[in-house]
Amino acid sequence: MNRSVITGKRMSKVYHLPAEDIYAVNNIDLDIHEGDYVAIMGPSGSGKTTLLDILGCMDSLSSGELKVLGFDVSGKKEDELVKIRRGHIGFVFQEFLLIPTLTALENVEIPLHFARKNVKRAECIDLLGKVGLKHRINHLPKQLSGGEKQRVAIARALMASPKILIADEPTGNLDTKNSQEIFNVFQKLNQEGLTIIVATHDEQLGKQARRILHLKDGKICS
Amino acid sequence: MNLVSLSYKNLIRKKIRTGLTVGGVAIAVSVLVSLMGFDKGYQRGLKSDIDKMGYQLLVTAKGCPYEAATLMLQGGGGLRYMEQEVYSKIIQDSRIDKVTPQLVHTVADPDKNDGQGGMMLFMGIHPSLLELKPWMEYKMGGWFSSETALEVIMGYEAAELEQRVVGDQIYVPGIDQVLTVVGIFKRTGTQDDGIIFVPIQTARDLFKLDNKLTGIGIKLKQIDDLVDFQEDLYNEPGIQVISMAQVQGTIYNLISSARVMTNSIALIAVVIAVIGVINTILMSVFERTKEIGVMRALGASRLDIFKIIWFETVMICFIGGIFGNILAFLGGHLVEQLVRGVIPYVPSGQLIYITAPLVFSSFLGAVAMGLMAGIYPAIWASSLRPVEAVRGSE
Repeated sequence: MNRSVITGKRMSKVYHLPAEDIYAVNNIDLDIHEGDYVAIMGPSGSGKTTLLDILGCMDSLSSGELKVLGFDVSGKKEDELVKIRRGHIGFVFQEFLLIPTLTALENVEIPLHFARKNVKRAECIDLLGKVGLKHRINHLPKQLSGGEKQRVAIARALMASPKILIADEPTGNLDTKNSQEIFNVFQKLNQEGLTIIVATHDEQLGKQARRILHLKDGKICS
Repeated sequence: MNLVSLSYKNLIRKKIRTGLTVGGVAIAVSVLVSLMGFDKGYQRGLKSDIDKMGYQLLVTAKGCPYEAATLMLQGGGGLRYMEQEVYSKIIQDSRIDKVTPQLVHTVADPDKNDGQGGMMLFMGIHPSLLELKPWMEYKMGGWFSSETALEVIMGYEAAELEQRVVGDQIYVPGIDQVLTVVGIFKRTGTQDDGIIFVPIQTARDLFKLDNKLTGIGIKLKQIDDLVDFQEDLYNEPGIQVISMAQVQGTIYNLISSARVMTNSIALIAVVIAVIGVINTILMSVFERTKEIGVMRALGASRLDIFKIIWFETVMICFIGGIFGNILAFLGGHLVEQLVRGVIPYVPSGQLIYITAPLVFSSFLGAVAMGLMAGIYPAIWASSLRPVEAVRGSE
């Protein structure tokens, strides 16, 4: 058995609204191991994105415990969480969220600047080559198709050599052909040992994962 | 690619908006540089004009001393007169190094300015004037043939304006007299360039001002004696004495109210520019909330985001500073013409004096403006919670 990279106990995230308290994540226990490929599935509003944000150290818990890569992140402030994210966790979003003024190559380089690492252009180009975009390195996001943008976003997420890749609806804005390309990239990365946690509505993508967690009303139901 | 180039690329994303903001900063800097240059140029020009009067003290008939001094500087009518005896008495003082009597008079000339009419400024002078103003040299010709000669020496600009050369005859309207040009002075860069000089006795004869003087210029042997000398003359009836330093201070004070107004305009321009920069950067930050969230997700610290936004404001203000200085240089001549038409007394020489330290300090000021303007948007952007920024719940 591979070692745990994420261990959560009785994790809850509650939003206090004037009318009621909303439990986006409700008392969840979770253990994710190195090299896992976990799909979190469920209807809209089931808490998938909130759970991903918590596991990716983008958001904090209201209660419970969470260890990510051995760091206890329960109750940690944003300034401490960023140090854990930086270089350890990669993110891929549904809307790609590339910086429109930067070329594909520059978008991929960005995490290195924030991680205070020297930019090795050859490595960035190799990484873009790995997602099949070596010929598009100097293109701006507006010159790329949706699938290409998402592959640049994946390369960007991988640039700082993270231990965990977190993807929120990565195929939500893509057609079937481009979605398949993203599935293939994720498969390949997981086979190379990368831990992947993906929230998706896409049954095809979910089926490729080694584990599927079904979420409903902030709770894991299967 | 680094944070600075990231900031630069953000700015050029909205070229028109950035351009307008840079333009606002440039105008503010230009106004500031022009006004500070004017302040410096005015003081410098006034000091130069007064230094080139050649004397430290001016004795005039009792009245408003500063009005008299201004008229002596600039010329004009309405002067009070004193008797020749005052001069005869003053020159006995052993503390005096050089002294010269002057009689200023103006004559209306209906043919001047292409028939629109104007004034001819005459100054009756004594040979001692050239001892006090040794820099006054002849471009052509020389001194009058006698103390009562019907001759003139023209200042450089007066001669240029009327295209006069030695030997020409000029007609003095009102007194129906013709005078011969015997000399033309070289350019001095002072009000003397616009004056027509005549022998002091000739001036008295022509303008029926027997034994009269409008002023006596005095240079002392020891500058330390100035205060005592001035106090001694206070007791003399019918005259007053003012030092050129007082004139300089008073004329400068006269325009100080105008300075307060123009400085207020400059301040308003700066405030508007700062608000413009804050508005532009805030709009840019609001539009990029998700990008900022992504950068935070990818590991950017609060300080990284703060720097990116701050660099943007500093760049806008720095570029605005460059264009503002260029604008001040190019528009300086225009502003000078405008000011000359509005302010009653304007010294000769370059009025807007833009120096290297002024340019340097205006750059520093522009950058400081950027640093200040950037604080709020940068704090706002850096305090965004990544999860909220990415999910667009702001």
